[in-house]
Amino acid sequence: MVVKVYGPAYGSTKRVLVCLVEKGIDFETVPVDLIKGEHKQPDYLALQPFGAVPVIQDGDCTLYESRAIIRYYAEKYKDQGTDLLGKTIEERGLVEQWVEVEAHNYHPPIYTLTLQILFASKMGFTADENLIKESEGKLGKVMDLYEERLSKSKYLAGDFFSPADLSNLPFTQRLVSEMGKEYMIRQRKHVSAWWDDISTRPSWLKVKDLL
Amino acid sequence: MALKLYGAPVSTCTTRVTISLHEKDLDFELIPVDLFVGEHKHPHFLSKNPFGLIPVLEDGDDITLFESRAITAYVAEKFKETGTDLIRHKDIKEAALVKVWIEIESQQYQPAISPIVYQYFVAPIQGKSPDQAIVDANVEKLRKVLDVYEAKLSQSKYLAGDFYSLADLHHLPYTYYFMKTPCASLVNERPHVKAWWDDISSRPAFKKVAEGMIFGDK
Repeated sequence: MVVKVYGPAYGSTKRVLVCLVEKGIDFETVPVDLIKGEHKQPDYLALQPFGAVPVIQDGDCTLYESRAIIRYYAEKYKDQGTDLLGKTIEERGLVEQWVEVEAHNYHPPIYTLTLQILFASKMGFTADENLIKESEGKLGKVMDLYEERLSKSKYLAGDFFSPADLSNLPFTQRLVSEMGKEYMIRQRKHVSAWWDDISTRPSWLKVKDLL
Repeated sequence: MALKLYGAPVSTCTTRVTISLHEKDLDFELIPVDLFVGEHKHPHFLSKNPFGLIPVLEDGDDITLFESRAITAYVAEKFKETGTDLIRHKDIKEAALVKVWIEIESQQYQPAISPIVYQYFVAPIQGKSPDQAIVDANVEKLRKVLDVYEAKLSQSKYLAGDFYSLADLHHLPYTYYFMKTPCASLVNERPHVKAWWDDISSRPAFKKVAEGMIFGDK
């Protein structure tokens, strides 16, 4: 039985898809069109009552929130595929720390940039230039802290690729490609090397263009 | 003492951790960080958390961790056989649902409730009145989130199932302060949310910590 993953076109879903590929777990995708409001339809809300993507169905198990889904599969399939959680409780603690950093410090400004720059006209509002500038400033400060960390550590949680790095992939890809802000990555030597490393992983290349 | 927690007894993020430590009956030392004098931006503290935020946990020489939910996850995992079972590690499906609702608190609940708490508790310290536009916008967001919680809690006693977990615990600090604001009716009007709140806020581990949550008290 394959895992069904809803909303493959979107950044949060792509986090999950990368994890599934890293763990060698088969999946099928079900497109959800957020512009058409498919995530607010009763059928979808029956699966994910907050009306967000992704949601996954794995047998009789329905789960949502990308970082929860990742933690679930990383733990359940600890001995299969890439080891995403580290070898010790301390390494696991650092994974959790840097996942939380992404969730609370990196994601909010980069998500705002994504909505304002890429989705404003599709969603029918005018992009707020001040908000864009402010968000870029906030994101830059977080990237400076990533730079400091990555000058001492190959990946965010330590010397191993983990959900802490993975969670940054989808929205950062949009930042450097569609949003035209690759300079933010390239201005920071260690962030730049880290980006080149994680964005060329086969798992990311496999899912980045799925719709 | 092996476990040292740097933070403040009135702080929502610090208390998220102290509640979990009490649920596990763990000894720890709470080392105060004085935000009002900017201690969290001093080099000494930044060497522990370069983001300049409380809390920070030091577990002996083994690890220094920041981000409250990473600390509670570490504590719940390391001490999973001690005290209250917060992560349901013996049942993979229950554990999965705990993970989901931990993220819902982090990504849906917190972003709506924290600006409201900020406006009523922090803005006044800066000599400002609560910004009604910010309050109203976030009340709308929180209303929708609590409607989902009401439906969920009509089907199970706690968020992840019929068992208390870290997912419920994470809601305690912000909700405690929120219930002192004029917006508390959002909880009080929803019978299952209210019953859940009354239950989780009467747990001894929380009551011990709430004694120190005197932010805004006169």
